[in-house]
Amino acid sequence: MFRLLNIEIHKLKYSKASKVLIIIYFALLTSIALIAAIKFDIGPIKFHLAEQGIFNFPYIWHLNTFLASWFKFFLLLVIVSMMANEYSNKTLKQNLIDGLSKKEFILSKFYTVILFSLISTVFVFTVSLILGYIYSDFNEFSIVTTDLEYLIAFFVKLLGFFSFGLFLGILVKRSAFAVGAMFVWFIFESFVKGMLYWKIKPNAEDIMRVFPLEAMSNLIKEPFTRFSAVKSVAKQVGEDLSKDFSVQPLDILIVLLWTSAFIYFSFLLLKKRDL
Amino acid sequence: METILTINNLNKKFGNIHAVNNLSFEIKKGNVYGILGPNGSGKSTTLGIILNVVNKTSGNFSWFDGNLSTHNALKKVGAIIERPNFYPYMTAVQNLELVCKIKGITFDKIEEKLKLVNLFQRKDSKFSTYSLGMKQRLAIASALLNDPEILILDEPTNGLDPQGIHEIREIIKTIAHNGTTILLASHLLDEVEKVCTHVVVIREGVKLYSGSVDEMIASYGLFELKVDGETSKLVELLSNFEGIGTVKIEDDKIIATLSKAINAKEINNYLFKNGVILSHLVKRKPSLEQQFLTLTNNKL
Repeated sequence: MFRLLNIEIHKLKYSKASKVLIIIYFALLTSIALIAAIKFDIGPIKFHLAEQGIFNFPYIWHLNTFLASWFKFFLLLVIVSMMANEYSNKTLKQNLIDGLSKKEFILSKFYTVILFSLISTVFVFTVSLILGYIYSDFNEFSIVTTDLEYLIAFFVKLLGFFSFGLFLGILVKRSAFAVGAMFVWFIFESFVKGMLYWKIKPNAEDIMRVFPLEAMSNLIKEPFTRFSAVKSVAKQVGEDLSKDFSVQPLDILIVLLWTSAFIYFSFLLLKKRDL
Repeated sequence: METILTINNLNKKFGNIHAVNNLSFEIKKGNVYGILGPNGSGKSTTLGIILNVVNKTSGNFSWFDGNLSTHNALKKVGAIIERPNFYPYMTAVQNLELVCKIKGITFDKIEEKLKLVNLFQRKDSKFSTYSLGMKQRLAIASALLNDPEILILDEPTNGLDPQGIHEIREIIKTIAHNGTTILLASHLLDEVEKVCTHVVVIREGVKLYSGSVDEMIASYGLFELKVDGETSKLVELLSNFEGIGTVKIEDDKIIATLSKAINAKEINNYLFKNGVILSHLVKRKPSLEQQFLTLTNNKL
């Protein structure tokens, strides 16, 4: 396993484009901390966002994993191009001739995806922990460690998303088209979603949750309406916001199933193709 | 002698095209093999199959008596297929280090092999800055990194200038002299004739001949004759001479192929006695090229 990871890292570390994108990605993850700097100081109205309780444990786990998952697109570019470039440079062919099996080739990419997801999760965990200890009103250990399943959901979300990217990279062999294909798929899912909600309202949600992108976005639900300040506003308006924000094990299972399917189909595609 | 590669009844179909048709041959250790065939005859497809990049339709092949799985066997093989494929953003050394990691060997040989192909000065330049000849030489260095049991080269001089062709040939000769088994696919016959001991001739995926180069070009040879005027008389005389198989006119020369051993003196004497005085007489051994053309044309 480490041999395969080592091979893939060797390919990535000399590529300037990949390095720049990876650095931007982690810089953006850190930039979540900048929200803390948002301050309005207009005469009598003093507003400091970080002081409003958005960095309270355990809410911070939910908020930060949700925000951080927006940046995954930067890493998607790296992953799609590390796959598609093997085709355009024909280095995939050379790797196989040099003695890498097709299975090892796919595994080396998948291990890298796991590594990226893992590092991102650890990174978000660290940034949130530090922010939390600075701004949170509650620092008791038992509260800090509640709702840590959002980090698991974050990890699974990235894993599923990047595996999808890997699969599209193999399928269409060109980075730009692969990212385009992902977008087209997103439109398709949105279209199906719209049709379902329109035509068969009651079961729409149950059908939609098996779609890959929808399942991934279900993992971490938007955290804003959960925030107490928003809630109290909504109550006054009279809207009911009692919604389940927790991470559903079924969603995790669905995304993990998609992940294995993407990796397995990538392998099948590679195995069937003549290079 | 140790067998390195055995191919049995290998077939590959691309839709309607039967690219490799029931091909069988064996590669023994220590020989230099040439696979000959016109463009599109199935040479590269065959190499692609044994190198794990093209899927066979039927038949089988085994490396090293089948003791190793294909991808593990390939770690003991050095191969270059068509165009050199490396990561453009890495330097020569970085590319070779990656190959070492894939093959599971140490980096010790990188310097030695770069010197062998004369690229040591440029070892830290990016692959994308190399000329085609340099790329091809890097590919050879890469294929030699593991001191392979067998070196497979597919059209190694394709697209190179005369200087480049010469350099690659010298390198191949040096490697062959060191006793490495080589499998060389080419349509350049003089290339094969110069370095190979054995040949496999393929056309449209079918094997036409396999054996040693010497056997293939073994024949009684031919005469090349010229005469001022009286061409028809010469042809008639030659046709009547016992031991001359066929006579044909090519441009201003007459080519007489022999069916038994005759020396130039005999034929000259015979023609002189019959009143024909030659202006040109040469006895030749047929080249691999002629034999190859005969083989590939006859069996249509």
